[in-house]
Amino acid sequence: MNKQSIILGIETSCDETAAAVVKNGTEILSNVVTSQIDIHKQFGGVVPEVASRHHVEQVTVVIETAIKEAEVGWDEIDAIAVTQGPGLVGALLIGINAAKALAFAKNKPLIAVHHIAGHIYANRLEQSFEFPLLALIVSGGHTELVVMKDHGEYELIGETLDDAAGEAFDKVARVLDLPYPGGPEIDHLSKKGEASIDFPRSWLEEGSYDFSFSGLKSAVINYVHNVNQRGDKLCKEDIAASFQASVVEVLTEKTYQAALEYNVKQAIVAGGVAANNGLRTAIFDKFSSTNISVHIPRLELCTDNAAMIAAAGAILYEKKQFASWDLNGRPSLLLT
Amino acid sequence: MKLEIITDSDKLTKEIAISLAELLSPGDVLTLEGDLGVGKTTFTQGLGVGLGVKRHVTSPTFTIIKEYNGRIPLYHMDVYRLEFSDEDIGFEEYFSGEGVTVVEWAKFIEDFLPEDRLSIHMELIDESKRKIIMEAGSKHYEDVVKQLQELLESNGG
Repeated sequence: MNKQSIILGIETSCDETAAAVVKNGTEILSNVVTSQIDIHKQFGGVVPEVASRHHVEQVTVVIETAIKEAEVGWDEIDAIAVTQGPGLVGALLIGINAAKALAFAKNKPLIAVHHIAGHIYANRLEQSFEFPLLALIVSGGHTELVVMKDHGEYELIGETLDDAAGEAFDKVARVLDLPYPGGPEIDHLSKKGEASIDFPRSWLEEGSYDFSFSGLKSAVINYVHNVNQRGDKLCKEDIAASFQASVVEVLTEKTYQAALEYNVKQAIVAGGVAANNGLRTAIFDKFSSTNISVHIPRLELCTDNAAMIAAAGAILYEKKQFASWDLNGRPSLLLT
Repeated sequence: MKLEIITDSDKLTKEIAISLAELLSPGDVLTLEGDLGVGKTTFTQGLGVGLGVKRHVTSPTFTIIKEYNGRIPLYHMDVYRLEFSDEDIGFEEYFSGEGVTVVEWAKFIEDFLPEDRLSIHMELIDESKRKIIMEAGSKHYEDVVKQLQELLESNGG
């Protein structure tokens, strides 16, 4: 087993161009992220062409900076880990090709990482794992509950049947004329409002760990439509607070029920929506009466970054699970 | 040729889509327009069932394209985020591929769309009622729409 490792991670699956160096899967030596959110703000969403073009411009300098800040030489780096999917294929390929070129030139093993495995392993940069472990992954493209009995073993027990939680935030923000990304805006507004509107909670059938946010989205749209038709003034703060309360309650309750059923020792939250203050507070409150330890990473490790890719890559390095030179971007890659 | 159908539930919307899917062939292209929350994903979920897709069809907004294996593969696109882009992300390969392609917010990629296609508009009537308007752009799709109309009529409208 290669217990000791220094891994260079590269992540370009969506907004962020990122590179990082991580020691032993737990210690960040450097973590460089350039975000395109300011560019996307003008357009109200991720524009893939913009994403690809900026990844190309930034990927080399981001990698160089990560190596420099880590103060390691190429001879000390054991492997190069890169996000294989899911994501935008054009964006993924830029990171993959950079990783392949470097791995070939520097004679290092290449490691393919699932983006969601990365989000899970972001937690291990702050807190060691205790198995069995439950991970709630909530982001713009994902809402998933994953049980892990050991490192690198993932069992998907629930996922969204329609919209991802982060997507629901973005779409509701759009209806309320709030800027992109919608999550932080709604989180911020909801602190000033009351959760006074009774939006639906979608629990699906008894015992299901799947999620559905499409009905909630429609309920908010209908509500806004009706208020506008009556000529009344919209209280965006209350809508934001009521919408967020619905999302947070469902996420928290399902995570809690799953944690009990699978008898986990640890529950972790990952992905961009894990930055939501309402969710963080609710999760900690819900688990406070249990012996289950809860961890949610600090903000910069919740959003896309490459340290999490290197951290997940370290496990594959230990297991000697390397990728071949024909590695390709997989937009709909499943977590297995 | 134009067909208008009124649906009063997600269940009926899905059933209409399932019936439509059973009449489709590889290489067919459908555009699906309508406001946020009108039921485009619900309709596409029905198409997935009708095409024999086992996995649950979820929103492709974030990843732009989702592909599903089925009796006939389903390529589900939401090109909303391409509004200010003119990039071709390999559309032709999907449109002429082995599957059925469904494009949401198709107006943003007008230049790439094949002329020969089935246009579907969904309109909100009230909270649960929707109007589905299908317009066939060629003989092939006229046949599909005609068969769907007959099928729906024989099922009692």
